[in-house]
Amino acid sequence: MSAISPETTHDENLGAERVPTALLVVVGAMVAAAVVLAITQGAQELAQATINGLVSGSYFALGAAGLTLVYGVLKLVNFAHGEFLTFGAYMAIFAQSAFGFPLALALPFAFVTTAALALGLEAVMWRPMRRKGAGVLQLLLMALGLAFVLRNVIQLVAGTEVRKLSANVTSSVTFGGLHIGRTELWVVIVAFAALIALALMLGHTRLGTHIRALSDNAELAETTGLDTGRIIVYTWILAGGLAGLAGVVYGASIGVITPNLGFGIVLSIFAAAIIGGIGDAYGALAGGMLIGLVQEWSTLVFPVNLKVAVGFGAMILVLVLRPQGIFGRARTAGR
Amino acid sequence: MIAITFHFLTAADFWIGVGVLAATYGIFALGLQLNVGTTGITNFGQAGFMAVGAYTMGILVAKQGWSWWWAMPAAIAASMLAAVIVGLPSLRLRADYFAITTLAFAEIVRYLADNERDLTEGSQGLLGYNSDWFKLSLRLGDWLNGHGVHVTSFLFPLLLVSWGVLLVLTLLVALVVRTPWGRVLRAIREDEDAARALGKNTLAYKLQSLALAAALAAIAGFVLALNLTLLVPDEFDPVFTIFGFVIVILGGLGSYVGVILGSVILMTVLEGTRYVELPLSSDKVAAIRFIIVGLVLILLMAFRPQGILGSKQEMLLGE
Repeated sequence: MSAISPETTHDENLGAERVPTALLVVVGAMVAAAVVLAITQGAQELAQATINGLVSGSYFALGAAGLTLVYGVLKLVNFAHGEFLTFGAYMAIFAQSAFGFPLALALPFAFVTTAALALGLEAVMWRPMRRKGAGVLQLLLMALGLAFVLRNVIQLVAGTEVRKLSANVTSSVTFGGLHIGRTELWVVIVAFAALIALALMLGHTRLGTHIRALSDNAELAETTGLDTGRIIVYTWILAGGLAGLAGVVYGASIGVITPNLGFGIVLSIFAAAIIGGIGDAYGALAGGMLIGLVQEWSTLVFPVNLKVAVGFGAMILVLVLRPQGIFGRARTAGR
Repeated sequence: MIAITFHFLTAADFWIGVGVLAATYGIFALGLQLNVGTTGITNFGQAGFMAVGAYTMGILVAKQGWSWWWAMPAAIAASMLAAVIVGLPSLRLRADYFAITTLAFAEIVRYLADNERDLTEGSQGLLGYNSDWFKLSLRLGDWLNGHGVHVTSFLFPLLLVSWGVLLVLTLLVALVVRTPWGRVLRAIREDEDAARALGKNTLAYKLQSLALAAALAAIAGFVLALNLTLLVPDEFDPVFTIFGFVIVILGGLGSYVGVILGSVILMTVLEGTRYVELPLSSDKVAAIRFIIVGLVLILLMAFRPQGILGSKQEMLLGE
């Protein structure tokens, strides 16, 4: 595995460039795009699209944070991450209908149950496969098969009919002629709160330091005596839990929940994680927002139904031009 | 109560339907085998190449008035061109990134097919590309009748033609990978750096492998199009690629005869289980069938990654 080369260090240590050039280029391109769109499509329309982009960006970021943690620590491309979102959304529905939980309680319920699912899969699938020393193709195909199985198990249990979370999706807040749904406002608040908590945890706690150490260099982390088993358990709890949250806020903001909920946005989440530099939790936040903005801004120019495809296009562009992502440092994403 | 009747196993129509599907998926999976089994590149976007081929053929015939016979080679060329465009920048990436890129490409194609209604008719379905085939099919049916083969199913000529195509293509690909060119592909799978050190332009070889797989996907798309009689974007869902992988793994990585075997097994199981009557709604029965297929893929990967006819060393990829 050549994912992380030993020379991976923070820029500060290298002292070469404090603000990565790629980040400047991206910010510059976004500002230029914003100016062009504001002139050609109108500032009001651009502002509304920006708000919509921040809303969708917040659930992309929430999904991407977990995906990128798992990739960083385990080097596992978890195609089943989208089904974690679906599972979380259905668990919230279950909590609402079976226990009469309000949405505020259904959220932690989804976090806990999805984290439990992630831990269970670690125990029955991923840990045994690591022990066997499984190859990349084996793991990719198992993850793809798992996504397929989970999606259909959810369909088998819950059926294909469209479900809804009992959340207020009609009332909205208006300021200066711009609208944001009341639920969507909560979505953004919940997502940012969770992501800031994650960032603080990664930056300032012992566990966070260990997770980052394992992501940066697994061999070195292990030789220095880190309890990798424990760190992997916490990584799955965080990844599953955040995916569960992401599923609930996504389901609440689009208003309809089907077994295909997570599958429909898993590639956008991959796009966010890759653009941010896969393995980098801070990057996931920026990547999520970027994909959200690119998708919503594109609706000003292209048909709305193509916005997802435009997001994938942005991901492929980043992969081709800068495979380590915008924030990625001396990682080697090439062969 | 679970009622299973096995009458369907003796019904000709059932086996003709299974046979056409097995040929379609078999041709499709030949390309995956070439990429994943022989070259070691993780093409997760095979359904996208199939969509490019099928839609190019459909649009050229139905909208541009081309002859079906000329539209097919043009569509194969379009699909191969798509492979070059996708592969040229992304084949430099690591296996997992390449998998995500090709999957995203396939989804972009599906979104475009869904939305560019002027060209594709979207989910309404693209019709009217198969009149040349019907003429051929009728002549084939008459010829068979004249030689004492009386099968009423209108799919029977398609069954014969698609299996003929599958067998010829399997033979061709199996022969091609035995040439020095094929040995370079294997060398890339085993150790790309070593192949490069020997002076091989590995990117060019990987690109050729991907383009050849895309051509096979396009041909599978033609058979699919004739079987469906109309093209809708949902047929080109990534699930098609997942089934392709199940076939490749069932038959064994690196084994081209295994592709045919895997395809026949998977399609017989998938179609046969339609006849299992459970006291459940149809979408739940469909979910159960798919869960079984997914579990087969997971369990094979966990316990017998080399598949039925594959050898263990074909699985060394990426280690």
